[in-house]
Amino acid sequence: MLLVPCPWCGSRDEIEFRYGGQAGIAYPADPDALSDEGWADFLFMRDNPKGAFAERWYHSAGCRRWFNALRDTATYEFRGVFRVGEEPPA
Amino acid sequence: MTSRRLPAGGTWIDRSQPIGFRFDGAEYEGFEGDTLASALLANGVVGGFRSPILGRPRGIFSAGIEEPNALVAVLEPWVDLIVPAPVVPLVDGLVAASRAGVAGLADGGAPTHARHRYRHVETLVVGGGSAGRTAATRAAGNGDRVLLVDERHVLDDPPTGPDVRTMPNATALGVYDDGYVVVHERVRTTETIWHIRAANVVLATGALERPIAFAGNDLPGVMLAGAAVAYVERFGVAPGDRIVVFATNEWGLAAAEILHATGVDVARTVDARNGEAVTEARGEAGVEEVAVRNGDGTIEVVDADLLVISGGWNPNLTLWRSIGGGLRYRDAPACFVPDGGPSWLSVTGSAAGDLPASVSVPFVEEGDDALKFVDLQRDQTVADIAVTLENGLRSVEHVKRATYIGTAVDQGRTSGVLAAEIVNALLGEGPGAQGPSNARPPSTPVPFVALAGPYGGDLLDPIRTTPIHPWHVERAAVFEDVGQWKRPWYFPLEGESMEQAVERECLAVRNAAGAMDASTLGKIEVVGTDAPAFLDRMYTNRMSNLKVGGIRYGLMLGLDGMVLDDGVAMRLAEDRYLVTTTTGGAATVLDRFEEWLQTEWPELRVWCTSVTEQWAVIAVNGPRARDVVSATGTDVDLSREAFPFMTFHDGSVAGVPARLARVSFSGELAYELHVAGGHGLEVWEAVMAAGEPYGIEPYGTEAMHVLRAEKGYVIVGQDTDGSVTPTDLGMDWIVNPSKGDFVGRRSLRRGDTARPDRKHLVGLLPVTTDAQLPEGAQIVLEDTGRIPMPLAGHVTSSYRSPALERSFALAMVAGGHELHGRTVYAPLPEGTIACTVTSPTLYDPEGARRDG
Repeated sequence: MLLVPCPWCGSRDEIEFRYGGQAGIAYPADPDALSDEGWADFLFMRDNPKGAFAERWYHSAGCRRWFNALRDTATYEFRGVFRVGEEPPA
Repeated sequence: MTSRRLPAGGTWIDRSQPIGFRFDGAEYEGFEGDTLASALLANGVVGGFRSPILGRPRGIFSAGIEEPNALVAVLEPWVDLIVPAPVVPLVDGLVAASRAGVAGLADGGAPTHARHRYRHVETLVVGGGSAGRTAATRAAGNGDRVLLVDERHVLDDPPTGPDVRTMPNATALGVYDDGYVVVHERVRTTETIWHIRAANVVLATGALERPIAFAGNDLPGVMLAGAAVAYVERFGVAPGDRIVVFATNEWGLAAAEILHATGVDVARTVDARNGEAVTEARGEAGVEEVAVRNGDGTIEVVDADLLVISGGWNPNLTLWRSIGGGLRYRDAPACFVPDGGPSWLSVTGSAAGDLPASVSVPFVEEGDDALKFVDLQRDQTVADIAVTLENGLRSVEHVKRATYIGTAVDQGRTSGVLAAEIVNALLGEGPGAQGPSNARPPSTPVPFVALAGPYGGDLLDPIRTTPIHPWHVERAAVFEDVGQWKRPWYFPLEGESMEQAVERECLAVRNAAGAMDASTLGKIEVVGTDAPAFLDRMYTNRMSNLKVGGIRYGLMLGLDGMVLDDGVAMRLAEDRYLVTTTTGGAATVLDRFEEWLQTEWPELRVWCTSVTEQWAVIAVNGPRARDVVSATGTDVDLSREAFPFMTFHDGSVAGVPARLARVSFSGELAYELHVAGGHGLEVWEAVMAAGEPYGIEPYGTEAMHVLRAEKGYVIVGQDTDGSVTPTDLGMDWIVNPSKGDFVGRRSLRRGDTARPDRKHLVGLLPVTTDAQLPEGAQIVLEDTGRIPMPLAGHVTSSYRSPALERSFALAMVAGGHELHGRTVYAPLPEGTIACTVTSPTLYDPEGARRDG
């Protein structure tokens, strides 16, 4: 079980959290302007890298805040967390 | 049997404390500090075990958890269905029986106290040997809180200190991410699962001696060298009288000297490094003679009753590998050592590869391959591995799955690396070309009773009940689980069947009045100046133009355009709404509101609060509902003109503050009474008393389902399954694409979402009016009588309707909106049911009844 470093509460057991998938996928400004392919790309297509991955976490059984994390998908190591709207750490 | 206990020695035993025990029905005596295995050996019991598949005689092979032969069931004073005898501490009154590698189910036995405990430390050390003690002492010196666990019941020279705790009888079952380690501790009848989070985990798990596969290597009297030494040094037991030692390394050969010093006759040492080998062990019930190949190739036969073997040592890396630690081969000790691994995890001592030099001799050429045992517990031999390779397998992982080597109770502790090296040798590759198959937790079998701990019965999962629950219990309601909620399913009277009860409840609502406890409805207050705009984005229809005091039904979609939840929004004030959700969807909807507000629209000034448990909700439905609420006592004008459908009024009911809402899930005149949770029971009782003259009945979820289905109202999650759009449900009327963007809107125009042949919600009327379709039944357009038939859809809800006096169903059928009036079929094992497709709204399609 991962120890997830919530930026608001500190490190807590993974069972307190919900995983939210890839971070930084903005809701399109004008969905109507998108083709079906463009909309499907937004809706369904996500990156799946081996290594550093910016992803969303929700401390659902804690402070109930969403935040972002940079995590290594191969080692599971959290390299850093950042709040909504912030850029991922370098 | 003669005693094999030496006149002196034994660091673990206390000769002043004799202990009586029973094994396989016979009485024996041992000492405090013995294990069952050492006590049996001391009593001259070497063999007496059987292999599980071939039924060959087997004997005590090792002195630890790696034991593949001497498996027992402990029957008293605790119960363990299968466990190696070398790890069973001898206690007074112990009763055990041999098991041929297979456990049976428990037949009563001592009650077990199982518990779960949590601990946080800076350093956790697994293994109490010299390397583990050194690591613990060093960490304590740095000021760490230290916990040292060891699976054995005796710890030699345990480290001490104010923040050092040692735990014998404690097996680390698994090492997980970020220093989370699960440990099973057993002290007599108390089983404890420890959940330990450690900043640093040190594995000092030692090394396991590797056997050598030669013909007859499974006979009782063949024993690992380290085990023979352990029986002498820890327990003062000589495991044989006349021994042969066969070793590939210095430690193994040193066993000869240690055993000789106790007076044992060492008949021969066989040093593999000089080209010598044991080619066969022979005997009936145990080792009697040993055939030895000399360095010059000649064969010599030696009499012996104990054959001590050492094929080198393997670091014990089960836990290391279960968390993804790698392996690399090291030539000098001829074994796999740890490589890589997470930063918080380290390995020390012999587990890290601090081991004597050895040559690699996985098996001996001479002799019958079918008698050269690799996995003693699975009865698998060199010949069995050879067959898998002849059949084309190459990977150790595949060979494992073809032979089951390494999958028995001992988890391949003696056979895993051995099998890999035999594969390497048979494939003509060098030692270490392939490593052993992977390891997963639990490292050691653990009783389910320990894992379950106290979390059974009422503690299995939280149970949520409404404030009115005690009344339902007293009224002998049958309950249904809806998520964690207990909801009354129906309220049978004395002698009534479910069908009779549901019919009575439905007819009461249609003809008089019924009351339902709707407190489990999810309730969220959405507050803030941007609350109207926010709800417009979350629901398919407009909520911002709802007037204060008004109520509107709403559908919520996923981004993919599929129906996610439904409920009503009540506008309490310009900047305040109360929205309801399905009972099961409350948490999901609140999470979803939070997600959008926090991640996409942080500029919106909106605050969401769950108020599900703050409100008790009583739904009074039926043509006499107005009379019932009026008789209950209220200051709200209930007249049709003053209190129209889909509005609410704040006032009082039965003397307590209440919110009254005109919403109906039955199609009948209905009032929902919202009162503070603490008033729920008294108001319910007042409603039931006031309603008695009008024939009120309490009704449960089953009647509610029938009543709503008669009206064609869907239940999200029953009639929908996450692949259903509002159009599929025939609910285009609630989608307002012109109001601006809302979640899921763009998806409704996707080519696939707009296909005309999608499954649509329809009503089904079986042609035979009492034939009831099972929910989930498949629908075909033509019953060809030949399987397979093209499937057109499935039944989502099916009931008998007391009001319509017939059975009916709701179904999702391809192109169903165009099929009204047509006959379709449900082919079932007991015969085909023909049905007419209709609109899903079967009862009061004009909606004439809702105003009473």
